[in-house]
Amino acid sequence: MNLNQDILPNREISFDPILYRKDFPILNREVNGTKLVYLDNAASMQMPQVVIDSFVDYQSRFHANVHRGVHTLSQEATDKYEAVRSKIRDLIHAKSENEIIYTYGTTDALNMVASTYGRQNISTGDEILISEMEHHANIVPWYMLAKEVGAIIKVIPITDSGEINMDAYTSMLSNRTKIVAVTHVSNALGTINPVKTIAELAHQAGAIIVVDGAQAVPHAKVDVQDLNCDFYAFSAHKMCGPTGLGVLYGKFDILNSMPPYRGGGDMIKSVTFEHIIFNDVPFKFEAGTPPISQVIMFGESIDYVNNIGIDRISEYESELLSYATKRANEIEGLTIIGTAVQKASVLSFTLKGIHPHDIGTILDQSGVAVRTGHHCAQPVMDRFNVPATTRASFAFYNTFEEVDELISAIHQVKEVFG
Amino acid sequence: MNDRMKQLYQELILDHNKNPRNFRTIDPADREALGHNPLCGDKLKLYLKINDQNVIEDVAFIGDGCAISKASASMMTTVVKGKTVEEAEELFTQFHEMSMGTLNVDTQENKLGKLTIFSGVRDLPARVKCATLPWHTLHSALHNKKEITTE
Ligand SMILES: Cc1ncc(COP(=O)(O)O)c(C=O)c1O
Repeated sequence: MNLNQDILPNREISFDPILYRKDFPILNREVNGTKLVYLDNAASMQMPQVVIDSFVDYQSRFHANVHRGVHTLSQEATDKYEAVRSKIRDLIHAKSENEIIYTYGTTDALNMVASTYGRQNISTGDEILISEMEHHANIVPWYMLAKEVGAIIKVIPITDSGEINMDAYTSMLSNRTKIVAVTHVSNALGTINPVKTIAELAHQAGAIIVVDGAQAVPHAKVDVQDLNCDFYAFSAHKMCGPTGLGVLYGKFDILNSMPPYRGGGDMIKSVTFEHIIFNDVPFKFEAGTPPISQVIMFGESIDYVNNIGIDRISEYESELLSYATKRANEIEGLTIIGTAVQKASVLSFTLKGIHPHDIGTILDQSGVAVRTGHHCAQPVMDRFNVPATTRASFAFYNTFEEVDELISAIHQVKEVFG
Repeated sequence: MNDRMKQLYQELILDHNKNPRNFRTIDPADREALGHNPLCGDKLKLYLKINDQNVIEDVAFIGDGCAISKASASMMTTVVKGKTVEEAEELFTQFHEMSMGTLNVDTQENKLGKLTIFSGVRDLPARVKCATLPWHTLHSALHNKKEITTE
């Protein structure tokens, strides 16, 4: 399949995905007798060999429990594990590595904020603002909290192009607003939200801001100090890392005044049956044996991405997206859901008269892996009045040829449905 | 696309998805049930008229869903109309077994007839529920349950 030269962006080839594809063994596999075209990166990204190897290396040479032993292995494992905290601090430009809490994922991180900060600070009649484009992970914990303490959830509407309605947001803020929880990048629409402005307005109203960064960190430079967010959550597996690990960033003073989340080993300084002294931040929030190998692997993922350069990744992915958008728009009956001006590399669409699950099944027959369904964002589906969409999401290892394969597979779907 | 898939889709789509049979309501109906697959958003409502001899005299459905669920519902209505409740139940069981891959329609005896076109879904684990949703809904309507979900 040839690239459609007419509409290919006129670009110097400064980014060659082929250089990186060879690092990802899974990209060589076949699906249904054809080459895999993996376009489900927003759900989970694939892992390069160096990260896979780091697991073997760690388990073969350094594994022991952390923060516990005086023996050499435990010390080495602890050092490697703790070193990743500073890598994460640098990745998101936090002030201190003590502001980096290891969690089991974005979902876990957001639940942690709701259960600790939320329970401590939110009471009857207080308002929590969330946007209409949130992932269920940034909806459900707030509903659970609100139900428990008698708080009120208010939903910031989004526009037809899938952007937060900033006028509506501004007018919803009041001295009752205690928390604003928004996603940095929407997994269902691709929209990049103006988090810095949203944070500023929240702070002016006396609220704190919690940002779901699951889709942002892998695709763009994130600076939590510049954004001035109070909490920021993301998952390792969406950035070439392992599952079972996430990060919660929180401003130190806020973390320091928060009660712990789970109780257990490692999160305490001393325990008697009369009195318990909790450990310092961040350990206070890390009860039990943490995902040690996952943390060490994620350290490798960060190095891998840094070696390519997150700015170059952003730039390349946005070229891929604009090419995919142009080609998709040529398909009759195709409607793109999410047409914000600022978008990450997510292409969500519907095809007239064809259910997304049928599209997904037929694309899979051509080896094209996309996500179909509600993307854990049912309110977004309701907003756009569709039961589900088909979503192609791109990573830096995807090529323009793969976009073409997606497009030709969509044409095949239309052929089948006549 | 392999041949079985082509056959599954083409035959179904050309026929039942585009022109679903018995796509209407029955008012009043003797039995009704609602089927819902939250994963896909497939929704269907099934209506039955059953006479004194326990024969399904009329059956109809309305709803929204993917091609597989819609075609399955449509074909189901054409097949069970005129059957007794017991016969319909037997078809439900066989259809279910075929979709799960425990009944091999090529080698094992069955009464599925043209419904065997759905045997292709056993290769599509994520889609089995789409094909079986109408049958589960029928099953619960026959048992007087009002609502089922496949989750
Ligand atoms: C925007 C967004 N928020 C939250 C999550 C949840 O992440 P995880 O499942 O890794 O906890 C996801 C991923 O599915 C996401 O895309």
